[in-house]
Amino acid sequence: MGPLAQPTPTAGSTAIDRTAAPDTDRAPSASLEMTGITVAFGGVIALSEVSLVVEPGQVHGLIGPNGAGKTTLFNVACGIVRPTAGEMTWRGQPLRRLKPHQLAGLGIARTLQGVGLFPGMTVLENVMIGAHRHARAGFGSALFALPRSDRDERELRARAMTALSDLGAQQHAGRYPGGLPYPVQKRVALARALVSAPDLLLLDEPASGLAEDEMHDLGELIRTLSGRMSVLLVEHHMDLVMRVCDRITVLDSGRQIAAGTPAEVQADPAVTEAYLGDEVTAEEDAAGTTPTDGGRHHG
Amino acid sequence: MQYFVNVTLTGLTEGMVYSAFALALVLIWRSTRIVNFAQGSMAAATTFIALALIQAGQSYWVALIVALLSGLLLGAIIERVVIRPVEGGPELNAVIVTLGLFVAIQAAIAIVFGSAFQSFPTPFGLEGFQVGDNRIALTPNSVWVIAAVLVTMALLVVLFRFTRIGLAMRASAFGQEVARLLGVRVGRMLTLGWALAAVVGSLAGLLIAGGEFVYPAYMDSLIVFGFVAAVLGGLDSPIGAIVGGLILGLALSYVSGYVERGSALVNVAALVILMVVLLVRPGGLFASSTARRA
Repeated sequence: MGPLAQPTPTAGSTAIDRTAAPDTDRAPSASLEMTGITVAFGGVIALSEVSLVVEPGQVHGLIGPNGAGKTTLFNVACGIVRPTAGEMTWRGQPLRRLKPHQLAGLGIARTLQGVGLFPGMTVLENVMIGAHRHARAGFGSALFALPRSDRDERELRARAMTALSDLGAQQHAGRYPGGLPYPVQKRVALARALVSAPDLLLLDEPASGLAEDEMHDLGELIRTLSGRMSVLLVEHHMDLVMRVCDRITVLDSGRQIAAGTPAEVQADPAVTEAYLGDEVTAEEDAAGTTPTDGGRHHG
Repeated sequence: MQYFVNVTLTGLTEGMVYSAFALALVLIWRSTRIVNFAQGSMAAATTFIALALIQAGQSYWVALIVALLSGLLLGAIIERVVIRPVEGGPELNAVIVTLGLFVAIQAAIAIVFGSAFQSFPTPFGLEGFQVGDNRIALTPNSVWVIAAVLVTMALLVVLFRFTRIGLAMRASAFGQEVARLLGVRVGRMLTLGWALAAVVGSLAGLLIAGGEFVYPAYMDSLIVFGFVAAVLGGLDSPIGAIVGGLILGLALSYVSGYVERGSALVNVAALVILMVVLLVRPGGLFASSTARRA
């Protein structure tokens, strides 16, 4: 991966300043709290009383065997799935009746499993859509291409280009996603999420399909991001999760079976139990495969 | 030679209108995966609004603008009120709904404006230009038709390529869920897409009406040609719709100009062209493998 994204030097947004003067920074309130989230599809309980807090500026990992409910929890955080019970707050405000299109405006960005790029639009245009929430020109002036909209448009283009350069994908700006190698598409999708400068980034299996060195770069990138935003990470590659996460929540069959620092989680017998049947523990899993994702990382 | 030129010019002018109509169908198909059979009736409705204004003494241009604006409104209302509830359901539902609209709007036109044949004026003459000693089949009105369609298409290209709203509309067309997650108000974009398509359809209706008689069902043959043109181009491609319209216009003009009793064969010819193209290229002339899956 090319030059990695650097923290934007805005007032008080570096990690050191934040601990020194937490009250002056908007980041400390930027925590996502999910309390007692229960999701039932018909009679099937997909999630049962799951609670987690993504602290500001932290990377929070969400792991568990397939079918544990990770994606469901993610979809709850995005407003795609409405919880049967439970509360969610973001920046101290309760999130009720959250709808997906409101996410961007709330400062939350999400990447998708796979890439989810728009096939008929160039890489640059894909990333520009990610900065959509910064649109200032009104509907009318944008429709009739008035001067203000034109200036806006150029700003948007420049912002998208910067996001691409941050991830070392600027040379692909004019190409269509379909013709690009998978890892490059993943990077473009990440740029599209980062271009809106979110306060919370939801990463859904960002390492799937990546080779070893690319995954390493991704880990480095996620660590850099943690200075300026909170990250909620769903990932199968245990070594990556253990390396980049500040805290980890482990789900199994819709229930939360462990939570804590990577070290605490690794030492938890309940976690080993959940992954039982395979001899591999998280520590030994340096090769980048996990018991639950046999072979899928080359997808 | 002169005959050939005239037949060609007639074909190009007709083809331009087919292109515009096909484009309206493609705009809706791309964004909502719905084939809008009501497109013709909607255009007929706005043409009758224009005719009422002209008969009330307004100029052609005032009538044109009012008709296009009412097309915008009609498209938006239909999407919001009639189409939205069936969107995302079984595909056939929406198709049946647009078929129902097709009949209902036509009936409404007959109730409001009557079903008599009424002549529709043109803003420019219908006398061919003089070239040397010959009059060619290019009239001031056909220049207007061609120019109006070209300008509309250019405006659409600018909208889709170079404005933020166009970007958001394309994103909504390519992936509604993803676009939503990125903060695009997908519902609004779909409404706008229908509204724009209705404007383009209305323009086609007004242009084809010029110098002809209009009655509630006068758009029926244009609907068929518009569909053939859109399918020729691959239904997903705006450029394809335009090229499809021009090919169809030319082909039909040659059939009616060179084949004995050809004017009676025009509809059959359209069908034959469609079948041949679909046999050779099932996805249409401009289908690309990288385009979205249907």
